[in-house]
Amino acid sequence: MRAWLVVFLKELRENARDRRTLLSALVLGPLGAPLLFTALMNVTLERSQQRAVQPLELAVAGGRHAPNLVAFLRQQGAHVVPFAGDAAAAVEAVRARRQKIVLVVPANYGARLRAGEPAALQLVTDSSDTSASGERARAGALLRGYASQLAALRLQARGLAPTLVQPIVIDDVDVSTPAGRALLVIGMLSFFIVFATLMGGLYVAIDATAGERERGSLEPLLTTPVARRDLVLGKVLATCAYMLLSLALTIAAFAVCLGFVPLESLGMSANFGPRVALAVFGVMAPFVPLGAALMTVVASFTRSYREAQSWLTAVVLVPTVPIVFAAIYQVPTRGALMWIPSLSQHLLVNALLRAEPLNAAHVALSAGTALGCGALLALVAARLYEREAILG
Amino acid sequence: MIVAESLAKSFGSVVAVADVGFTARDGRITGLLGPNGAGKSTTLRMLYGVLSPDRGRALVDGIDVAAAPRAALARLGVLPHNAGIYPHLTARENVRYFGALQGLGGPGLEARIDELIGLLGLGDIAERRAKGFSQGQRLKVALARALVHAPANLLLDEPSNGLDVLAQRTLRALLHALRDAGHCVLFSSHVMHEVAALCDEIVIVGHGRVVARGTPAEVGSSLASGSLEDAFVAALDSGAAAAGEPAAGGDG
Repeated sequence: MRAWLVVFLKELRENARDRRTLLSALVLGPLGAPLLFTALMNVTLERSQQRAVQPLELAVAGGRHAPNLVAFLRQQGAHVVPFAGDAAAAVEAVRARRQKIVLVVPANYGARLRAGEPAALQLVTDSSDTSASGERARAGALLRGYASQLAALRLQARGLAPTLVQPIVIDDVDVSTPAGRALLVIGMLSFFIVFATLMGGLYVAIDATAGERERGSLEPLLTTPVARRDLVLGKVLATCAYMLLSLALTIAAFAVCLGFVPLESLGMSANFGPRVALAVFGVMAPFVPLGAALMTVVASFTRSYREAQSWLTAVVLVPTVPIVFAAIYQVPTRGALMWIPSLSQHLLVNALLRAEPLNAAHVALSAGTALGCGALLALVAARLYEREAILG
Repeated sequence: MIVAESLAKSFGSVVAVADVGFTARDGRITGLLGPNGAGKSTTLRMLYGVLSPDRGRALVDGIDVAAAPRAALARLGVLPHNAGIYPHLTARENVRYFGALQGLGGPGLEARIDELIGLLGLGDIAERRAKGFSQGQRLKVALARALVHAPANLLLDEPSNGLDVLAQRTLRALLHALRDAGHCVLFSSHVMHEVAALCDEIVIVGHGRVVARGTPAEVGSSLASGSLEDAFVAALDSGAAAAGEPAAGGDG
C-alpha cells in the first residue's frame, strides 16, 4: 500500500474515534449552521411581512383640535390612538421608546387652518430606531396626502384647477419587495456552508499536526522511511475527507431546513431541490483542499494543541470575510472575481439559489484557482515538514 | 552497525554537540552515557535523521543518513525520547500502522505483530485502545513499533525513563535477546548502573564531546580509579576542561 494511503486511512480511523472531531464535523457545523440560518431567515421574513400587512398605529396628541384630520387618517386605515400629554411628553415617550411615533396637533391648529395660514403639525419620531422607519414613512405619506387634499379643495373653492399647482407628478416605482431582505439573508447561506465545512476539518488538521507533536508521536513517525510529502499528503487528504463529509451533511441539512422557511409567502421559491443541492456540493468541493491545506500549514507552525486551536478558530473566519462583504454589498458575478477562492464559490452558489444559469467558464475558473491554491499550500505544508524545526 | 563520524550540531549560538565519534557494532549493546544536556539526544537525532549534522557523518550499515535517509531509516528501529503512541488506536493498530509505513502488510505483518506481542508480553492489552495505558505499557507498544520491521539496528533514547523494576527487567531481557541475535543496539542513558549492567561498550559524552569509551572495565581502569562512577565524574571533568566552556546545550 502507498505510504500516503496508509497515513490517510490511519487518520480517518483515528479521528472517527475522536469525540471532538465527530462533534465538530458531524454535529456542530451540519446541524448548527442550518438551524441558525433558518431561525435568522424566519425572523427576517416575519418582520418584513408584519410591516406590510399590519395597519399603521399612530398615537395622536391633541386630536380633538383636528377632528377632520383624525377622521381622514382613520379612513385611510390608520389605527389612531389618543395620546394624553403635550409635545414635551410626546418627545419624552418616543425617546424612551414607549411610542414609535406621535403626531402632535397644537391648540392653534384649527384657528390657523381657518385663517388660511400654514398650520403646523409635529411628527415626533426617532430616526435611530430602525424598527420605526416603516411607520415614519407611512405616517408622513398620509399627512402629505391630507395636505394636498386640503390644497385641492381650497383651489377649487377659488375656481382654480388643482392641477395648476401640480406641475410634476412623481410616480414611485419601487421594485423592492419584502423578499429583498430575504435575498440578502439567502446570500449568507454560502457563508454558513463554508464555515461548517472548515469546522469539519478543524480538529483533524490540529490532531494530525500540533496534536501529533504534543503527544510525542511525530518524532517516531519521522523516523519511518516515508517521504515527508507523503505524510503531509495523507494528513491533508484525511482533513479533506472530513470536510467533504461535513459539507455534504450541511447541504443536506439546509435542503431540509429551507423547507421550513415560508419563502413561498413572498413569491419566492426555495430553489434547493436535490439537483441544486448536488450542484452546490460540486461548486463548493474544490474549495475543500484549499481549506484543509491552509489549516494544516497554520497548525504546523503552532507549538501546542491549544495554540493551534486558537489560531485555527481565527483562520476559519478568513475565507468567510469576502463572502460577508459580497453579501452586504451585493457584488454582482463577474469573471474577474472567479479568481478569488471562497468568493467565487459564494457567487456561484448564489447564482444556483436564484436559479440563474451557471457560466461554465466561471465554474472552471473557480474550481481551477481553488484547487491550484490548495495544491500550492499543500506544497508549503510539505516543505514545513522537511524542516528540522517541525519537531518543535 | 552504526557509526558516528565527528558529528557536530549547534542551535544558534548554543553548541549541543561539539565533536562526537564512535562505532556501535553488531552483536553488541552500546551505551551512550552522560548527564542531562551532554548532547546524547542531539547525537541520536542526527543518527536517525531528524536533525542534519553541521559537520561529520552518520552511517547506518555504511549508508550515509543525510545522503540516503530512507534507505538508512529502513535499517533502523528507533525509540525516541518520550515517544508517544496514538491513544485512539489499539496497541495492535499502533504497531500495524508503523509496519505499513515500513512497507509491510498482509499475513506477514500480522504474524510479526503477534510475535512481538508475545515477545513483549502485550497479549492482554493488544486489542485495547492505548488511552489510559501505563508508562510501561506505552513503552512496550513503542518498542514493538520500533521493531516491527525487524531492523538490524536499534536506537533507543533514554528507554528506561519512568519504568518500574519489572518493566526495566523486560527491557533488559529484550535488549540482550536482540544482541544475541546479532543486532546492533545503541541506547542512551544518564543512569550509570543501568549502563554498567547492560552494555558491552560504553561511550561517555560530556559537553558535546566523547570523553571516554571502551568496555565498562576498560573505562573504569583507564582512569586509574576502581569504580565506573569515579570514571564517569572524572571523565566529565576532563571533558569540560577540553571544551574550555560551561555546560553545552541540548536537551539530554
